[in-house]
Amino acid sequence: MLTKLKGGRVYDPANGVDGVIRDIYVRDGRIVTADATAKVDAEIDVTGRIVMAGAIDPHTHIGGGKMTIARTMLPEDHRGHERHRSDILRSGTGFAVPSTLAAGYRYAEMGYTACFEPAMLPANARQAHMEMGDTPMVDKGAFAMLGSDDFLLRQMAARDDFEAIKDYIAWTMHAAQAIAVKVVNPGGISAFKFNQRMLDLDESHVHYGVTPRQILRTLSKGLKELGVTHPLHVHGCNLGVPGNLGTTLKTIEAMDGLPVHLTHIQFHSYGTEGDNKFSSGAAQVAELFNKHKNVSMDVGQILFGQTCTASGDSMRQYGNTKSANPKKWVCMDIECDAGCGVVPMKYRDKSFVNALQWAIGLEIFLLADDPWRVFLTTDHPNGAPFTTYPHLIRLLMDKGFRRDMLQKIHPDAQKASIVGTLDREYTLYEIAIMTRAGPARSLGLKDRGHLGPGANADITVYKDNADREAMFTTPEYVFKNGEIIVRDGRITKVVQGATHVARPDYDPAIEKRLRDYFARYHTVSFDNFKVGDDEIIQHDKGSIIVQPTGARV
Amino acid sequence: MPAPLQGISPNESGQNQTFRSVTCPFCGLHCDDLVIRNDAGRLTIAANGCPRAAAGFERVVAADASPQIAGRDATLADAIARAAELIGKAKLPLYGGLGTDVEGMRAMMALADRSGGVVDHVLSNAQYRNVGVLQTRGWIMSTLTETRNRADLIVVVGSDLSIHHPRFYERIASPAEAMFGEAEAKRTIVLLGKGTPAGDVKGDRIGEVLDLGCAPSDIPGVLAAVRAALHGAPSTGPVGGIAADTIAHLAERCRNAHYSVFVWAPQALTFDGADLAVHMIADIVRDLNKTTRSAGLSLGGNDGIASAASVCSWQSGYPLRVSFASGAPEFDPYRFEVRRMLAEGEGDLLVWVASFGPDPSPPPETKLPTIVLGAPGIRLARAPEVFIPLGTPGLDHGGRLVRCDNVVSLPLRKLRSTGLATLPDVAGAITAAL
Ligand code: SF4
Ligand SMILES: [Zn+2]
Repeated sequence: MLTKLKGGRVYDPANGVDGVIRDIYVRDGRIVTADATAKVDAEIDVTGRIVMAGAIDPHTHIGGGKMTIARTMLPEDHRGHERHRSDILRSGTGFAVPSTLAAGYRYAEMGYTACFEPAMLPANARQAHMEMGDTPMVDKGAFAMLGSDDFLLRQMAARDDFEAIKDYIAWTMHAAQAIAVKVVNPGGISAFKFNQRMLDLDESHVHYGVTPRQILRTLSKGLKELGVTHPLHVHGCNLGVPGNLGTTLKTIEAMDGLPVHLTHIQFHSYGTEGDNKFSSGAAQVAELFNKHKNVSMDVGQILFGQTCTASGDSMRQYGNTKSANPKKWVCMDIECDAGCGVVPMKYRDKSFVNALQWAIGLEIFLLADDPWRVFLTTDHPNGAPFTTYPHLIRLLMDKGFRRDMLQKIHPDAQKASIVGTLDREYTLYEIAIMTRAGPARSLGLKDRGHLGPGANADITVYKDNADREAMFTTPEYVFKNGEIIVRDGRITKVVQGATHVARPDYDPAIEKRLRDYFARYHTVSFDNFKVGDDEIIQHDKGSIIVQPTGARV
Repeated sequence: MPAPLQGISPNESGQNQTFRSVTCPFCGLHCDDLVIRNDAGRLTIAANGCPRAAAGFERVVAADASPQIAGRDATLADAIARAAELIGKAKLPLYGGLGTDVEGMRAMMALADRSGGVVDHVLSNAQYRNVGVLQTRGWIMSTLTETRNRADLIVVVGSDLSIHHPRFYERIASPAEAMFGEAEAKRTIVLLGKGTPAGDVKGDRIGEVLDLGCAPSDIPGVLAAVRAALHGAPSTGPVGGIAADTIAHLAERCRNAHYSVFVWAPQALTFDGADLAVHMIADIVRDLNKTTRSAGLSLGGNDGIASAASVCSWQSGYPLRVSFASGAPEFDPYRFEVRRMLAEGEGDLLVWVASFGPDPSPPPETKLPTIVLGAPGIRLARAPEVFIPLGTPGLDHGGRLVRCDNVVSLPLRKLRSTGLATLPDVAGAITAAL
């Protein structure tokens, strides 16, 4: 069956297409080259519409234990935010921490066709996949967290052979069914278990004697040599601490050209100037970022309102519990593997600190010069729920709107920020880069995030509207694998997305050591720790797509 | 590259095999080091395990148990059709018991959502001793492996773990090896309230055992006194028969410990005000973390409740006691407690799930028409309108279970071939027939 989307204005940055009117042909779930002679079975007139690939969220906390802790802890988040069941849809709830099915539906309604959970603890990987399995409509994938796990720290403390460390990284990706690797407060989650309350880039872990700098370099180099496409995904030291700007700048330099993705950079760009000892470090971060082509980042924009922060960073989340709103929170030490901290948060535009956090995020967006290396995120739900993306897009595309919003925030924060002086307006092409082509390229999704022949036919069609918030809130059509799944913002067909993984090679010799380690220390056996393909395929009724990795060096 | 695939299923005949690294579904620890033999369909534990596990694995199951409609044998298809008919007619079906694994709970959630019912677990009273604390103040918690390797002081509050979680002392409190501390470092175990008999607390890694017996109802008071002592408040004399000095000493031990862990089994805290005890534990742990490290460890998870609550929470936003009657999840821990609803004549159909064996959770007596989806031999006061015998997850079919710490989940395997139906299949067929 050949379907033709006729006459749309196409933004497809991966193929250099910038607002060109052209037809798109879909056959068997894939985009195919135009063929004037082929018989078209179905034609959909999208004249005057804007056509992009389905959007990809490269960093959104949609699945795993800490989200279910947040859901359980916050019934007040769900009341008044119900979704009723329909003939084809299940019911659900939730605003900042939506239930899994509701999250999948809402993402699709907004034109998203893939979402990546960035903080999957290997010890919790099975549950993370179960929750993603109950998140329909979108493709998904997850990043395995390493860097505070005792196996790696023991390897590093013992100056283990680097090849064995690489084997362990690769094995973990297989075992946890991951597509990438994330490090959170490198070594710090473990250090907190030893009662260390802070761990800066060059501070030593009190038990293992290793530093965050060493962990970052080890993991980044390991992934690079394993051929994993996505660079090490880094949630750096000192999240949310005024003055962490210095650590962030040093972190970029410490990588010395090694590939790295700095996540929710907004939370790591704080200075200590001014009466409130809190200032924007966006300009310095953006300047260094612009020079270092080995670095990509996502912003983790905050937007005002109630949300809930949820992170693997138990050390820093424990520090943030003072700001919990409502006043309840959970921290956990987990399985000699990692930790977590769940702290509800209400960002207020009349709070100087929150208002400046908002401005810092926007400054970073507007000062970073290469949208291919910047991804649009709120670090859902840490900065704001993902449902605020259309609002954020309007802030970036519409400087008049941005200035109006700026007028509403705490007056001292207005003065402390340069946002009002920045005239840049993102173009649709740049938005398509930040929400499609860039994340797909960074994650190594060869056939996602673009509209060239061979691409998976995940397509979003918007009605052009000068109010970009309205436009991005309700696409006219969303196609998944070539089928219409959303029409005028309403789901018409429920699909179960695939799970993307990467499987770099490893020497099976590492399994012998791991089997012994698990038997000696763990409460789960080596065999049962691994999440099997059959679990995702049979129990979760999903499918697995193994994305290619480069050759190991 | 060896593909890391899960599980080996029984060979063609499903007979005469040995399975290693088997997950035990019979308490919330979900030990996964069991070695199980299948001899001509009879399962025996060849290594590891405990009496509770033996009772579960080695029980002889009526593999040929027949579905029944109103007490008469029926085909599975007819029983499913009759169940669907009853559920389809019901205005407010109550889904109780819910003794099942993740896949079974997923199927029950789909059915409850579709039919506008209420979901609640047989052990949710125990679970709700914790939930209120989580939803008002939160807490700092540990997990089994973290505690096993790190704890230097374990305070067991009012819980006889040798009954509810028999291998806790062997596997968590006194493992052969631990990653931190000196090789022969001994742990201090404090038994607070009448819980585990001190004589049952054994193991090479266990040093001192402090037995602070008090009446269960005094536990919240004793914990409050420990907390006051941590704050340096002057003693007001003995509490619950425990001397003021002893309380001060315990507070001191907690303050000096590197990683104290407060352990309780919510199921064991049956006294009035048990949730106060959990509140107090959370407060003490929070206070201790100002200067040292400390964490709680709740040992629930029996009868699949950790799986039921987790699935319910991620799919609906709420940890059980949810009604779908309005077409969207509605949560009320008081109104939607199935046991209370039955007692007060609410609801018009009971659907009871108990797949872990005949004993743990028979359906409560009720005048409501009842559908029982349960292990063969389940104790029934009268013949229900529909009975469908189910296999047990982890023995008769595969699946997954969430462990008591709500972090780890374990894969379950099929160890024998009985031909008993699975809950995902049965509940899925009922939903499809609605
Ligand atoms: S302690 Fe619990 S999980 Fe472990 S073997 Fe006994 S019953 Fe099974
Ligand atoms: Zn994040």
